[in-house]
Amino acid sequence: MDSRRIARTVIDPKVRQVGFFTSGDQPPARSQSGPTDAVASATVASGISPPTPTSEISLSGSSLYPVMIPPSRHVSADGLPSLSRAVAGGAPVSAHVPLSPSPRDGTQMSIGSYNPSESLLSPSSSRIDGSEFLEEVATSSCLGRTGSGKASSSFPASSGEMMMASKSGGNAPAKSALTTASVVRTLPGVIASIALWISGLMNPFVGNQDFKFKGEKDGSTFIETANDGAGTPKPQKQTTTKAERRAIQDAQRAAKAAAREAGNIGKPAAVFGAPANLKQDKGSKLPSQMKDVSQAVVASDKRVDRYSNKDRKKEVSQPGMPFNDKGRVEKAKRRAIVSQFEAQNRVELFRHLPQYEHGPQLPYLELKFFHFDHIHPSVYKVGLQYLSGATSGGNSRCKEMLLAFRQAIMDYSTPLEKSLVRDLTSKISSYVSFLIECRPLSVSMGNAIRFLKNRIAKLTHNLSEFESKSRLISDIDRFINEKIMVADKVIVQYAVTKIRDGDVLLIYGNSTVVEMILHNAHELGKQFRVVVVDSRPKLEGKTLLCRLVKKGLRCTYTQINAISYIMHEVTRVFLGASSVLSNGTVYSRVGTACIAMVAHAFRVPVLICCEAYKFHERVLLDSICSNELGDPDVISKVPGRKDLNYLENWADHGNLQLLNLVYDATPSDYVSIIVTEHGMISPSPYSGSYFHLIDAVKSAVLRLSRLTVRSATELRRRPAPVGLADRKQDRWVTPAFNAQFRPRVLPPAGEVVRPDPAGQDPLS
Amino acid sequence: MPDVQALVNDFVLKLKRRKIEGSQASARQTAELLRTVVSQQRMPYTNQAATLIDAVRTVGEHLIAANPVELAVGNIVRRVLHIIREEDLTSTATAMEGLSLIANSDDDDNFESHDHPALSAAALAAAARSTLRAPSLQTLLEGTPESALAPNPSSSGGDSEGKSKSADRSSRTKKLKHDVIEAINELIQDIDTCHEQISEQAVGLIHQNEVILTLGRSRTVKEFLFAANEKKRSFRVFVAEGAPRYQGHVLAKELVAKGLQTTVITDSAVFAMICRVNMVIVGAHAIMANGGVIAPVGINMVALAAQRHAVPFVVVAGSHKLCPLYPHNPEVLLNDLKSPSDLLDFGEFSDCMDFSTSGGSPLLHVVNPAFDYIPPKLVSLFITDTGGHSPSYMYRLIADYYSADDFVVKRRPTS
Repeated sequence: MDSRRIARTVIDPKVRQVGFFTSGDQPPARSQSGPTDAVASATVASGISPPTPTSEISLSGSSLYPVMIPPSRHVSADGLPSLSRAVAGGAPVSAHVPLSPSPRDGTQMSIGSYNPSESLLSPSSSRIDGSEFLEEVATSSCLGRTGSGKASSSFPASSGEMMMASKSGGNAPAKSALTTASVVRTLPGVIASIALWISGLMNPFVGNQDFKFKGEKDGSTFIETANDGAGTPKPQKQTTTKAERRAIQDAQRAAKAAAREAGNIGKPAAVFGAPANLKQDKGSKLPSQMKDVSQAVVASDKRVDRYSNKDRKKEVSQPGMPFNDKGRVEKAKRRAIVSQFEAQNRVELFRHLPQYEHGPQLPYLELKFFHFDHIHPSVYKVGLQYLSGATSGGNSRCKEMLLAFRQAIMDYSTPLEKSLVRDLTSKISSYVSFLIECRPLSVSMGNAIRFLKNRIAKLTHNLSEFESKSRLISDIDRFINEKIMVADKVIVQYAVTKIRDGDVLLIYGNSTVVEMILHNAHELGKQFRVVVVDSRPKLEGKTLLCRLVKKGLRCTYTQINAISYIMHEVTRVFLGASSVLSNGTVYSRVGTACIAMVAHAFRVPVLICCEAYKFHERVLLDSICSNELGDPDVISKVPGRKDLNYLENWADHGNLQLLNLVYDATPSDYVSIIVTEHGMISPSPYSGSYFHLIDAVKSAVLRLSRLTVRSATELRRRPAPVGLADRKQDRWVTPAFNAQFRPRVLPPAGEVVRPDPAGQDPLS
Repeated sequence: MPDVQALVNDFVLKLKRRKIEGSQASARQTAELLRTVVSQQRMPYTNQAATLIDAVRTVGEHLIAANPVELAVGNIVRRVLHIIREEDLTSTATAMEGLSLIANSDDDDNFESHDHPALSAAALAAAARSTLRAPSLQTLLEGTPESALAPNPSSSGGDSEGKSKSADRSSRTKKLKHDVIEAINELIQDIDTCHEQISEQAVGLIHQNEVILTLGRSRTVKEFLFAANEKKRSFRVFVAEGAPRYQGHVLAKELVAKGLQTTVITDSAVFAMICRVNMVIVGAHAIMANGGVIAPVGINMVALAAQRHAVPFVVVAGSHKLCPLYPHNPEVLLNDLKSPSDLLDFGEFSDCMDFSTSGGSPLLHVVNPAFDYIPPKLVSLFITDTGGHSPSYMYRLIADYYSADDFVVKRRPTS
């Protein structure tokens, strides 16, 4: 592996071209000029000039996964050239190659550093399963230079490309290393595939990327072709999509050059940068040139958008959309990006909920990364993460979404004859609708979106675009910080007081707050034992158990069936929640209700740890009216139990359905106390305190959104944004909860909420 | 006798190694073994019943000790003991009748004679029987004609019971053994056919378009649902998979093969689904004397959820699962802890489960119990092969099948 990388003297990841072709088409192999060029010249010529295609990416799927990438609706020949023209006009950048010849560690540039941990897909996602799905990235420049290119599965290449072609029965070498999709298709039993990591795609315009190719599990199938044919440029074939491809290439090159320019100045790439570098440029002014470019790019982006946005807005599948209404579903389906294959054998009771088979189209969506110009790449990435399940859990989903929006807002520029408030709102709406297509929103996300939209609407018109954007960005930062991060810390501080020595705590699911509580209690030296209860199909408990055990906590592991057995020894139950509804119902990971019910039956107190931003004013009586359906297939398989294959071909039986519920609703009477950052409250409908909190949270969200951005000092002088101060204190104490829960039922509201100048306040 | 001993040892070994799965199989095999024990037992002239009882008891003690959790074994041992007692009483009664030759054919019913003990042997036998089998609803209804009938043939000397009256001692020896074996055969037949008798009642309990939830796989439940399906009831079944064993998958497959609308859910989704369920039907491992149920793990959760939503919780079980004992701390004492490998893969977390770390106690415990205990208040109905019963009625049913002397099988010989 090393030798290969050493042999690779200069790698130019900059220019890539995404080729699209219809299935029956001739191979869109393209010639490249001078693959042996030591320096790839990513010249940004004028928009029409034929590019020197130093690199090429051919994307394709196998026959199993037919790539029917049609010429995209949105990426049209008029959209992108204009974009590139705009770029060329705005910033005629002479492309120089900032890549160091030694592509390893040192070259990790600040702009493009791509953190492998945030790679779009979890490494376990079986994208490169055998030959199920093939994609190719043939980078000629890469090929040309990887003289002694060796098969390698781990690819910490400094270049953005993953290049793996295969040696397939002597056929591939004959075809030159620029194996294209059609070549692959002609080969029976395709071995060749070049994995184009979406991570590579994520950051296509930034020069250096450092990420790991995680496909090594089945990487043995990947054999990199030697560069037999690399030196022989192929005659350029005329394809039907040539113009389109060229347009895209131009656009990319332009954008990349711009990005690099920005990167060279040392500023993070804001055009399409990964969220890894979010923090760095906070507050720092974008260089004017950069801004220019980005605006130009985005502006042209907008132009593409303009016509697409209209129908995007309509295609928003509202949360309340009746999915048993065939006509409306069909309509929505036609418009959706994430093509919505209806799952088979659906459960009658849940026909009102969407259930689609997203799994197999994930790679397809990854390929289409460049097609959806109206979806900001960071949003698209987050959406795919939702889809693949790489990001789950209320907090992290909300956080990721906000960060993506933040990035999108950063890159936003108002189109000429539009107002920022309206256009940005519609833009956010279209992002949200895309995210809904990927996975239904959680309540936390809904609240965050409401907050953001509210903030946008409150922007005054006399603000400049830059000012408005920076306000929004700081609002988002504040939301993430206050509502999630600090809230968690405060919750931990409260909840830890409820852990005494000798306690046996039962936890279920994979709540970050609960985990933090345990860690904190452990650090405080409390002696306790943890019972980790797990349930199928996600088996989140295992990973949680792993982390807890590593920290040295004493654990007991069991499955949810044995809950009645284990509950005898338990003294406290700590649960997370996806949201808390205004009738006290706790909406959480499926199984939470069972745990709470059994705990209630055994008279064990149940503590729900939930940030206040997850509260919602709607009500829910059962888990059926509003829920989410997971992939039913995972139920039929039990990991690690090969002998259990009774339900192998379950879809063949019309009478058999598998139901994979994601959430359930826990009635409020099973819950002893809800721990929020505003204090601990009882959800009992008789206590009243719960409704106080609901009111408070509602008004808090509103007030927070009304709050204009002020300086920190001014903020301190203001009264507490969350209006708890006027509540009667004594009503928060619930008589039902006995003395052991007394100590810190609710601190004076002001103390919690108001940022303390002294700095010891948890919120500050 | 030695071959019996070998058989017993073999069976004990199987029980110890948990080779016999399911209470029906163990009940049947126990009954067969005890039949062999009885038939191989050499009978003395006097005190035959005691000899038989002793023999069965020694074997039974071993069997129960081999797998104390498999209550069906103990149940069958007790039932065989009960059979011996009953047969002995009948034969003594008839013998006494033959000796005294008092043709007391007064048609007093059982209970009157019970009140003022007459000298009649028939009344004595009836009284003896009634001590064994306390008056129940069944005997109340059937008792009158039976007790009226019984003395009559005995006086005429024409019936099977009356036959022994004239028989001498040696024939009575064979008679007792023969009768016991006959009765055990009947018991075995009962065990075999309990599913059919239970499932006969299915139509009366399942209505059209019913939604039924079950957890795991029980053969009794399966037959019950099949029977309802055959009678053209169409209904929908939710099957919770029953986590560590995932037998719910098997049940779902079987139900679908019969054309039933089946939905497989995870165990965690039980609470979410139970509000749309009309009835919960589960199998049991054992039914205790107080009406509590020992059932596969996870069912207590289902029962609690059913109670919350006022969904009838029906337990179907053959009468061999009726255990005359009252549970004490059943979650611990009547439970099996199985291998952690069901939950965690081999080698996963093995370093944490090491006893050498953290002062002798391992950092990680894995708990994988086999059974749950469901208290009687959560059970709405028991369906056994003798019909449907409420949990509070269980002790009466038990009094029909067992004699109080046998409740403790193992302790008496040791003490």
